[in-house]
Amino acid sequence: MRKEFSNIIERIATADKQVIFLTGDLGFMALENIRDAIGNRFINMGVSEQNMISVAAALATEGLVPICYSIAPFIVYRPTEQIRLDVCLHNLNVKIIGNGGGYGYGIMGATHHALEDIAVLSSFQNMKCFIPFCNEDVENTINAMFSYKGPSYLRLGFGIKPVNLSISSFQPIRNILKGNDITIVAMGPVVLNAINVIIADRVSADVFVVSELPIVDINEELKQSIKKTGKLLIMEEHVQHGGIGEHLALKLFSAQVTCSFKHLFAVGYPGGLYGSQAYHQQQCGLDVESLLLTIKSMLNE
Amino acid sequence: MNDNLKEIRKSCILTLLSLYKKANAGHIGSSLSCLDILIFLYFKQLNAADKFVLSKGHAAAALYTVLAKAGRINKKLLDSFYMDGTFLAAHTPCNRQIKEIIFGTGSLGHGLSLSSGLAFATKFTNKKYNIYTILSDGDCDEGSTWEAALFASQHKLSNLIAIIDNNGLQGFGRTTDVFDLEPLVDKWESFNFDVYVATNGNDFNSLEDTFNQLDFNNNKPKCIIANTTKGNGVSYMENKMEWHYLPMSDEQFQQAIKENQ
Repeated sequence: MRKEFSNIIERIATADKQVIFLTGDLGFMALENIRDAIGNRFINMGVSEQNMISVAAALATEGLVPICYSIAPFIVYRPTEQIRLDVCLHNLNVKIIGNGGGYGYGIMGATHHALEDIAVLSSFQNMKCFIPFCNEDVENTINAMFSYKGPSYLRLGFGIKPVNLSISSFQPIRNILKGNDITIVAMGPVVLNAINVIIADRVSADVFVVSELPIVDINEELKQSIKKTGKLLIMEEHVQHGGIGEHLALKLFSAQVTCSFKHLFAVGYPGGLYGSQAYHQQQCGLDVESLLLTIKSMLNE
Repeated sequence: MNDNLKEIRKSCILTLLSLYKKANAGHIGSSLSCLDILIFLYFKQLNAADKFVLSKGHAAAALYTVLAKAGRINKKLLDSFYMDGTFLAAHTPCNRQIKEIIFGTGSLGHGLSLSSGLAFATKFTNKKYNIYTILSDGDCDEGSTWEAALFASQHKLSNLIAIIDNNGLQGFGRTTDVFDLEPLVDKWESFNFDVYVATNGNDFNSLEDTFNQLDFNNNKPKCIIANTTKGNGVSYMENKMEWHYLPMSDEQFQQAIKENQ
């Protein structure tokens, strides 16, 4: 998604001279196009994420539109207090971009993963988190993010859209595939694993993606889907607490929607072992083979 | 010299002590430490377009007092200090409801970054202003302060003036015992700041001498190390760490007032 991101931001920042791009010393072979296009409005802020976020907050008070970029764990956790106080409590228009959400950086190891980013940020005042589910969805999502003039976070990952899937316009919760036997709700590109199962095994699943958190409301389409299928599988490359599982469960419980329920989430590092993103997905039951077994067992209930 | 500032100070310190007494609140020593700097800034130094960030947000009452005295906030607001439903809590508000308070603070280590950002913004907005910020010595323990220092000098933020309220006492000890900041001048100079020392940061003449030396043409951010006294002006509070926290008894309040009439 990084390529799509840099192309879209290049376009936005070229057109809007108020946009200031700040990077935490990352972006080699990825952001050069933005740097070349906007000159002195592209600033390498060094490895100083705390300062970067506070500087961005200050720029926003002057009507500028700062974008802060780093890999997801570095842009979220190191400057968490700066995000909470200087950006969120002051309700400032700062765009925070985290590349490689979840286990995206795979064998780089635990320091480079962001499994709790949505839990942390979606709990802050005024913050909206945006999560595209495939490369082709990045533009949609960035447009939604830029239409919100408050604190926001973009969680980028890696994912290529299956050829037959069409991308609908942005909504916080969107149906991306229609079916009758099970409802699947996912956050981010891990949904593509489920879609692979569905396509290969001709499962009739109603698939939704959550593209914005916190979830303000569950739409009628999702409610009706769950009532129709009676089976809900939620999946996310994020820890159990504070992800879409908890957010949705609360809303569904409040709306008195009941169903058979299974939640697949990031379990951390069982045995203290590391590997590729695919390896970690397998550990969490989020890979294609595990998902096939889970979905089949839910269908047979 | 500066007799008018002394008159203003007299009025401000009575207001400040009364605010703290009515609220039965602490942080008095911290406010008294930088009250004179705030008065100097708002009554002598700041131009109309200039900006200010109080990095040591626990001295908020001193800022509220001076803003009210300068007519920059409604005096009536002070009546709500520390009360339920107020804009004026113990630390500065983060709600952007008071135009004069651009940023709420209270967690140390934010002010220099925020001020650097405001200073840096002028490169894109073409506005002309200086940005002043007061840091505590505790602020200088925070790593983010030094991140900001690297940033400010790299980008030659000559419109940034950091003032260190160097009273030698921090939250739970003397700076010499916790983290000795000396040599403080060398530290800021090594970060490529243009450094000045106000030998007595509680004296308007010393402050005036120092501020008059500021060189705005050398492309460097500036740092004024203001040597101050915590609890300045109230004999039993001066240089005592406990006055970071304690509220005044009735007798102590009366004595503090008496010493400043």
